[in-house]
Amino acid sequence: MSTPLQVTARLRDPVTTEDHIRGPADAAVTVVEYGDFQCQFCGAAYPNLHELLRQRADTVRLVYRYFPIANVHPYAERAAETAEAAGVRGRFWEMHDWLYEHQDQLDPVHLSLGVEQVGLPPDELNAEVENHAHADRVRRDFVGGIRSGVNGTPTLFVNGVRHDGGYDLPDLLTAVDAAANP
Amino acid sequence: MSDPNGLIQPGRTAPGFAVPATPDGALLGPEQFRGRPVVLAFYPADWSPVCGDQMSLYQSAAPVFAQYRAVVLGISVDGIWSHRAFAESRGIEFPLLADFEPKGEVARSYGAYMSNGEAARALVVLDPTGTVTWSYLSPPDVNPGADGIFDALDRLAADRKVMAG
Repeated sequence: MSTPLQVTARLRDPVTTEDHIRGPADAAVTVVEYGDFQCQFCGAAYPNLHELLRQRADTVRLVYRYFPIANVHPYAERAAETAEAAGVRGRFWEMHDWLYEHQDQLDPVHLSLGVEQVGLPPDELNAEVENHAHADRVRRDFVGGIRSGVNGTPTLFVNGVRHDGGYDLPDLLTAVDAAANP
Repeated sequence: MSDPNGLIQPGRTAPGFAVPATPDGALLGPEQFRGRPVVLAFYPADWSPVCGDQMSLYQSAAPVFAQYRAVVLGISVDGIWSHRAFAESRGIEFPLLADFEPKGEVARSYGAYMSNGEAARALVVLDPTGTVTWSYLSPPDVNPGADGIFDALDRLAADRKVMAG
């Protein structure tokens, strides 16, 4: 048996209606992001993904999955569970955007203020996060990511294939256009 | 720099060794974990970004490794003092093994030593008897992730029922 030098990872957990999805349901291209709200690289990719969705509004949908790397980002799990608590109230994307736009304010005190700014009840969400009511969902995403070959954050899959290129807008547009016109 | 054909292949008995490991410098090697799957993760150097991300990823995946009763051992040619500081800065709790003196001896025995004096970025999974069941050589600048490791552990679980609980 020969030793492989590099294998392209593929998404193993298909996108379902339980995922957090932004963009048209019938989009030709699905970008799945495994992200960590405290990761600076995810923060740098966030506006580019936003612009990608704007420029390819009819072509692309974005799926967000949690991948907190807790040993280097102490607030990442709490942020993910907070986003999920917002998600069960139909407010995932507002919370997602707030988290990426306030990456230096993810400590519990500022996070509570953020929840309030998004228009959700901070005491209620705090209690759920303290009880890890949404930890299973976060962990399920994480394990699915591990099994799919996520090797850092952000890791993107474009139509199921890991995107090993950059996260600048031109790189993303190139990857998406190639997937849309194979 | 590396010899892609040199990495130890499945079916071979893993070479034995015992080298200083974090956290306390005790001598560790795969023989001490017989009866459990062992993941040897060779990496080029402490403090490099890809290595740090790779080891952090494995630390974050510790609960998943635990389901397989698998032991993860990071190993590079850095010394134990460097490993301790690196582990502390990255929150790495699994052992990092110092293949430092004689430098790279373990990496050489596994075919994971590069001509630039660093370990290759290589993954080797040992079954509970110490036989290599899967090996993988990644380009030094690519974090190989863990999907291949877990595929190998799945196969072991199917064959030998190594899953916990």
